[in-house]
Amino acid sequence: MNAESPLVLVVDDEPQLLRFLTAALKSHDYRVMTAETAGEGERLILSHRPDAILLDLGLPDRDGLEVVAHVRGWCDTPIIVISARGKEDDKVEALEAGANDYLTKPFGTRELIARIRVALRNRFQASPASPVVEFGDVRVDLEDRSVTRRGERVHLTPNEFKLLAALVRHPGKVLTHNQLLREVWGSANLQQTHYLRVYMNQLRYKLEEDPARPRHLQTELGVGYRLVEP
Amino acid sequence: MPLRPDPEELLKRVQAEEERSRRARFKVFFGAAPGVGKTFAMLQDAQRRRLEGTDVAVGLVETHHREETERLLQGLEVLPRKSTPHRGIFLEEFDLDAALARKPSLVLVDELAHSNAPGCRHAKRWQDVMELLDAGIDVYSTVNVQHLESFKEVVAQITGIVVQERIPDTVLERCDELELVDISIEELTQRLAEGKVYVPDQAKHAVQRFFRRGNLLALRELALRRTAELVDADMRRYREAQGIEETWAAGQRLLVGITPRAASEALIREARRMAESLGASWMAVYVDFGKRLSGAERERLEAHLRLAERLGGEGIALPGHASLAEDLLALARSRNVTQILVGRSDRPQWLERIQGGLLGKLSAQAGHIHIHVVPVAQAESPKQIPRPVPSPWPGPAVLGQCALYVALATGLGAVLPWMELADIVMVFTIPILVAAVRFGRNAALLTSVIAVMSYDFFFIHPRFTLDVGDMKHLGTFVIMLGLGFVIGNLTERVRQQAIRAQLREHRTLALYRLGESLVQAGDQTETIAAAIRAVEAQFRAHVTFYLPGREGRLEPEHGQAPPQEDTQGVAQWAFDHGQAAGRGTGVLPASRALFLPLKGVRRILGVMSLHSEEGPLWEEPDQRHLLESFANQTALALERASLSAEAHAARLQAEREELRNTLLSSVSHDLRTPLAGITGSATTLMEDPGTLNAAERNALLGSIQEEAFRMHRLISNLLDLTRLESGSIQLRREWLPAEEVVGSALNHLGTLGEGREIQFLSGHPAPLLWGDSVLLEQVLINLVENALKFSPADKPVEIQIHGTDKGVSVLVSDHGPGIPEGLEARIFEKLFRAHGGGAGAGLGLAICQAIVRAHGGHVQANNRPQGGAQFVAWLPYDGVPPVEPVEESREC
Repeated sequence: MNAESPLVLVVDDEPQLLRFLTAALKSHDYRVMTAETAGEGERLILSHRPDAILLDLGLPDRDGLEVVAHVRGWCDTPIIVISARGKEDDKVEALEAGANDYLTKPFGTRELIARIRVALRNRFQASPASPVVEFGDVRVDLEDRSVTRRGERVHLTPNEFKLLAALVRHPGKVLTHNQLLREVWGSANLQQTHYLRVYMNQLRYKLEEDPARPRHLQTELGVGYRLVEP
Repeated sequence: MPLRPDPEELLKRVQAEEERSRRARFKVFFGAAPGVGKTFAMLQDAQRRRLEGTDVAVGLVETHHREETERLLQGLEVLPRKSTPHRGIFLEEFDLDAALARKPSLVLVDELAHSNAPGCRHAKRWQDVMELLDAGIDVYSTVNVQHLESFKEVVAQITGIVVQERIPDTVLERCDELELVDISIEELTQRLAEGKVYVPDQAKHAVQRFFRRGNLLALRELALRRTAELVDADMRRYREAQGIEETWAAGQRLLVGITPRAASEALIREARRMAESLGASWMAVYVDFGKRLSGAERERLEAHLRLAERLGGEGIALPGHASLAEDLLALARSRNVTQILVGRSDRPQWLERIQGGLLGKLSAQAGHIHIHVVPVAQAESPKQIPRPVPSPWPGPAVLGQCALYVALATGLGAVLPWMELADIVMVFTIPILVAAVRFGRNAALLTSVIAVMSYDFFFIHPRFTLDVGDMKHLGTFVIMLGLGFVIGNLTERVRQQAIRAQLREHRTLALYRLGESLVQAGDQTETIAAAIRAVEAQFRAHVTFYLPGREGRLEPEHGQAPPQEDTQGVAQWAFDHGQAAGRGTGVLPASRALFLPLKGVRRILGVMSLHSEEGPLWEEPDQRHLLESFANQTALALERASLSAEAHAARLQAEREELRNTLLSSVSHDLRTPLAGITGSATTLMEDPGTLNAAERNALLGSIQEEAFRMHRLISNLLDLTRLESGSIQLRREWLPAEEVVGSALNHLGTLGEGREIQFLSGHPAPLLWGDSVLLEQVLINLVENALKFSPADKPVEIQIHGTDKGVSVLVSDHGPGIPEGLEARIFEKLFRAHGGGAGAGLGLAICQAIVRAHGGHVQANNRPQGGAQFVAWLPYDGVPPVEPVEESREC
C-alpha cells in the first residue's frame, strides 16, 4: 500500500461493518480511516482530507443527513451514504443534500468497490473532459448535441436530449427525480415526475437493446435514475 | 313508625356530599346593602388564610380607594385585570383565563352580581366564578341581598328600584359557606354620612332613595331571612342524612302552571320560595294549545321558562292534548308531583262559573295532589292581555267572496217562491258556514253581519230598507250573528289543531328521517354528513361539527364554520363544560352561532354549531327542543359509530397479534436453518488445520453467502409483511411506465435470475401503472422469483401487461408443473407452501397479495391449459391516466 493510494474514511458505529469495510477496502489497495461518531468523522475529514467518505446514516450522536449537509458546506469530497432498505426517502434526502451515491445494506464487496471507483473518478473529473461520452454502443456528443447508436444517428426530442445530457454529465451517479426535473424543466415542474418517467422510457426505447431490461439507463425506484457505463 | 329515608334520595345525598368534599369551596360574604363591609371581611379572612399558608390570589377587589381596605390588600398577590375596549373606553374586568392559568388555591372575586363587559366569555361574573369552582379553585366572593333573583319583586316593592344585576338563587345555594356581614342600620347610615360608602357620582340620587332607613331595615331583614333559610336548608339536609327526622315520605315536587302573561313571573318566584321551604324540586309548566302568541308574548314565555331554570326549577313547554287541567294533572302524576300551584284567574267570575274554571276542574280531579291558588297582581295593562287568536282580518278579495256567497243565498231566497222566512234564515247559514270553512273565524263573523243586513234589507218588512218592522226579527238576527260566531270559533279551532298536528307531524317526520339516515350511515364521516344534511334542511342554518382530536382539542370537522369569530374557543368551552354556548344561551350570548355539545351515554362526542344569516329558526321553544333532539340522536349515532370502530380495531388488533405469534413460531425455524449453515461453514473454515483444498473452501464460502442472502430475504419479507398488514405503509401512487417497474424488478432479481430467460410481452409503449413504484417492483420480483423457482431452468418465464381504461393486469406465467389442484387460493396465505418446505418461508405471495390489495386490486393464480402456472395481478386506475407529454417534433 503506498501513500499515493486514495484515502477512504468510513464513519459507522457498527464494529462488524467497520471490520468488513476496512478489510474489503484494504484488499483493494485503499488506505482506510474509521470513525464511530459523526463528530469524530468530521474532525478526521478536516485533519486528513480523505478522498472519499463512506457514511452510515444511523449514527449515535447525530443524524447522518446533517453530516452530509455540514460537510458539503466546506468541501466536495465524495460522500457515499450507507442506508437500510426501504428508506428511499432518506436516500433522496441524502442525495439532494449533496451525497454522491448510496449503498443499501446488505451489499457485497464488488458493489462497494464499484461505487467508490465511480465516486473517485467523478471527483477527479467533475465534468467530462471531452464533450463526447460513450456507453455501450451509444455515443453522445454534448457539443453538437448529437446522439448515435451503432454509428447511426438517433433522433431525440429536446427534452429527451436534456435528460440524457444530465445523466451523461454524471456517469454512474444517481440523480434524484428533483435534480433531473430541475435540470431539464427548471424548478417550476417539480411535481411532474410522470413526464420524467415517460421521457426516460422513450429514451430507453431509443437507446437500449431491451427497454425492459436496461443495461445503461437504470432506474433506482423511488429515488431517481443512473447512467451505468459498461 | 318513622319512614326510612328513600334510598335514592340517600344515594343522591351521599354523592352530593362526596362531590362537596372533593370540589372547590365557595364562600360568599353576604350583606344587606353596600357599605356593610363585605369586601373588608373578605380581605380579612383572606389574610388569615394567607398566614395559614394558603396560596391566595386577588382576582378582582374593588377597594374604592378606601384606606383601611387597601391596607388589607398588602401582602396579597393581585392578578392583573383584563381590559376590554368598549365604545371607546376601556373596561377593566376580572381576567378569568389569567386566574385559571395561575391556578391558586383561593381566588377573591368581589361583587358576584356584576355584569361583564361585552366580549367577555361569560355575560355575568358569577358564571366566571362557577368556572373557577369547576376548575377546582376555591373562591371568596361578595354579594348583596338585593341582587338575588328571587327577591327582585320584593326589593322593587321596598325600594322602588328594579335591580338590573341579579344572580340566580342557585348560585348562592352552591356556596359552601355563607357569611352574613351585618352591621346595625345606625352604623350604616353613619358610615354613609361620613362618605365611607362608595357611591358612584351619577347614581347619587338613586342611592339616596335606596339608603332610606325603612329600606335598609327591610333589606336587612331580607338578608337575615335568606341566610336563615339557607342555613336551615343545610340543617335539614344534615338531619335527613343522619336519619334524625323524616320530614317527607317521598321527595316533594311542586308544579306551577304558567302563562305568557307578565304576572306569571311573580308566580314563578312564589313557587320557588315555596319549593325552597318545602325542600322540594319544582317545575314551571306552560301547556301549549297552539294558541297563537304575539312576539312579545312568546318572548315573555321564554323568559319565564328561563327564569324557572335560573331559579333552580325546570321549565317545561308541554303540547296540550285535552284540557289545561287534565294535561297539568297528567304531567303531575307522571312526575310524582305533590303540589300544584296556579295563579288566581283574572277572568270574570261568571265566565269561570260557566266554563267551569281551571281551579274547579283541577280540584275535582286532583286526588291526593294539593292545589294552591296564588293571588296574582294585575300587573299588566289591559291591552297587554292576550286576545285569543288574532287571526287575520279578511282582505277586500275575501270580503268580496263572502258578499258573493250572501248574494247567492239572497238570490236563492228570492227566487224560490215557496220559501218562508224561517227557510230563508236557514239558507243564510250556508254562506256563513262556507266562509268559516274557507277563510276562518273573522270572515265567518263578517259574513254573518252581511247576511243579517241582507236578510233584513231584502226579506224583512219594510223591504229594501234596513228598518225592522217587527221587533221579533231582532231575535233572528242575534241568532244568525251568534251562529257565525260559534261556527267561526269551531272551524278556527279545527284549523289550529290541524296546523299543530301538521307541525307535530313535521317534527316527527324530521326526527324519523334523521334517525333513518343515521342508521344507514356507517362510520363517523357518514353520520356527520347525514346530520348536517338533516339539520341544515330543518333549520336553514350552516352547520359545523367539531370533534375532539389529539389531547381533547376540538377540530372543525365538517361543514362551514361561522365567519369572523373565535368559534374554536366557544366550541371548546361547550365541549369542556358539556353545556350549550353562544347565541341564545348564557355563555357568550353575543356570538352569532349556537354551540350544542353532543352528549352521548359515556362521554361528550363533540360540538355542533349552527349559524344562520336570516335569523335563527331554532329559538322558539318547540324548535329548540327539536334541535336538541337532533343533537341527541346525532350524538348517540356518533357514539355508536365510534364504538363499532373501536370494536373493529380491537378485533383487527387481536387478529394481528395472533398472526404475529404464528409467524414468530414458524419463522424462528426458518431463521435458524440458514444461521446453522453459516455458523457451521464459518467454524469449519476457521478451525481448518490446512486439510481443505481450494474447491472445498470455496464451496463453504459460497454456502455462507447463499445462506446469508436467504436470511436477508426472509427478514425483508417479514418486515414488509408486518408493515403492510399494520397499515403503516403509505402508498405513494404515481403513474409509472410498466417497463420501468419491470426493468427495475428484473435488475434486482439476484442469483435466482442468473442465466434464466425472462420474456416481457407488451405493446409499445406498455400501459401506465398507477401505484407505488417500490411496492409494485416487490410484487413483480416476488411473482417472477416464484415462477423461476417452480419451473425448469431451460424454460422461460413470461411477463405480460394488459391495459384497459379501468386499470392494468400484470401476468406472470411459467412452464412448471403448475399449482396443485384446489390450492389456487391457498397459496396466497401466509406460511403456506404448495410444494412442501425448503423453497421459502411462504411469505412472498402473501406479500404480493397484501400490496395488490392495498392498491385496491386483487391477485389470483391458475393453471394454464398449455401447462404451467399463471399469476394475474389486477391494478385498477383511480382516475384517467395522463396523456403523453406532447413535444414539438423538432429534433436535436
